[in-house]
Amino acid sequence: MSEQPLLTVTIDNITLQVPAGTTILQAARKIGGEVAPPAMCYYSKLKESGGKCRTCLVEVSKGSEKDPRPLPKLVASCRTTVMDGMEVKNITSPRVLDARAGVVEFLLINHPLDCPICDQAGECHLQDLSYEHGKEGTRYEFQRRTFKKHDLGPYIQLHMTRCILCYRCVYTADQLTARREHGVLDRGDHAEIATHIEKSLENNFIGNVIDVCPVGALTDKTFRFKNRVWFLKPLNAHRDCPDCCGKVTLWNRGDEVYRVTARKDEWGEVESLEDGSAAWICNTCRFDKKKTSDWVIEGPRDINRHSVISQGHYAGKIGTTTPTEIFTAVHDGRQPKLLMDIHSVSEVNRPEIELSRIAGPSHSNDFQKGNE
Amino acid sequence: MQALTNRSRAVSRKPLTFMESLYLPAILKGMLITFSHIFKKNPTVRYPEEKRPFSPVFRGLHVLNRDEEGRENCTACGLCAVACPAEAITMEGAERMEGEEHLYREEKYAAKYEINMLRCIFCGLCEEACPKDAIYLSETFAPANFTRKGFIYGKEELLIPHPIEEPEAFAKAKGLNKEA
Repeated sequence: MSEQPLLTVTIDNITLQVPAGTTILQAARKIGGEVAPPAMCYYSKLKESGGKCRTCLVEVSKGSEKDPRPLPKLVASCRTTVMDGMEVKNITSPRVLDARAGVVEFLLINHPLDCPICDQAGECHLQDLSYEHGKEGTRYEFQRRTFKKHDLGPYIQLHMTRCILCYRCVYTADQLTARREHGVLDRGDHAEIATHIEKSLENNFIGNVIDVCPVGALTDKTFRFKNRVWFLKPLNAHRDCPDCCGKVTLWNRGDEVYRVTARKDEWGEVESLEDGSAAWICNTCRFDKKKTSDWVIEGPRDINRHSVISQGHYAGKIGTTTPTEIFTAVHDGRQPKLLMDIHSVSEVNRPEIELSRIAGPSHSNDFQKGNE
Repeated sequence: MQALTNRSRAVSRKPLTFMESLYLPAILKGMLITFSHIFKKNPTVRYPEEKRPFSPVFRGLHVLNRDEEGRENCTACGLCAVACPAEAITMEGAERMEGEEHLYREEKYAAKYEINMLRCIFCGLCEEACPKDAIYLSETFAPANFTRKGFIYGKEELLIPHPIEEPEAFAKAKGLNKEA
């Protein structure tokens, strides 16, 4: 059997060669940067995902070498495989940019825009998408759809109003867990992510739906409202986990582990391990190991400097080592005079209230402690 | 060498004339200017008895806003703290419990909210960043204090008076009765 020939494809005037069967989106991601179309529903680690959100629409200005006619409509790049000699326009095509702005408007039609409350804010793909490709303002004047609150158990918080129905969580449950217990119920405008008759999601790998969710529809209940992601420092850490790879990102504040997530790559997807499989993590790692002593910390995680998360400047060794104190050495053993102990004045970050250890979101009664 | 500006002048090194070397006319001229101020209007403002009006864009102490029903606007979204160049703002969010709907406008609220007025540079970026109409810089400044403790402002100090329980104080804080 001869080796598969490489196909030549040109995306935004950049030519590269890819094996047959590669989709336009995957080829564009090899180039990277702005050439890669945004994707809300496609997830390279989940089989059969994609083709639902239409944010990755591109224009094919030349079908192939044999048939150079352009494709009549914009195509979803996550589901269209490349042909030899294909020419694709993404950001160089005004049609694509216009269509994408329209798609963003559609996605935001029923979105509540409650980013100030949403725990996903700062790492939300819909936020990025509407910033980069959307238009300012809304033309929608009607009531946005609302849903009856649906409880998914002690770990996962569902906000159905924020959902864009990308089906990523459904595929995650199908492909990672033994039995899928949630899905999309009803049709059209009433379609919602739910379990059939209130059930909590408890499969050991079900926590990964939080990581795959591109918006704030599925969030971590153990982290709910506790802090904003940009005030936390992301650290790479690992532990010996019998169920999963144990390679995670810890989101710390001081020494408190506020949240544990899988490691995500530049496309917002779970990173690949050395053997090519995705680094999904189990529920034990994600929800139960909220102590720094449970983990071996490898070092701070690289965050794109354009991300709001990088504003904490947790670069280099910050957060992983304590600086050597030289004051006492140069002052003949005299201790530095503390002008004000902030904990004696401040009500925030009180040492006796460990927010990260509270099971769910904190409430007013959690702050009563130590007040008497 | 080319001069850097066209404003440089050569220093005059001519010897003083007789009139100049007397100095007295120059001293008298200076004294005349000095004593003429006795008859001019006194510009001193006798603070604190007398206060100069603040400009409407003055950036002073922060206030946390309430809506017309007296519920707190702040949802602890952290945008003010992330916008703050002096890192003066800290907060802790919490979930609203049942029965607290009259206290907080949204599901999430700031259980603790603190501004360190020693760090604050009164730039007003927090006010600009706030998506919930919750923080404003008022037309007052932080009073002097002998201890550093007095400059850590918590929610009790920052929140404006309740519009229903204390309507007069609320109106004053909002500047509603200024015209009257």
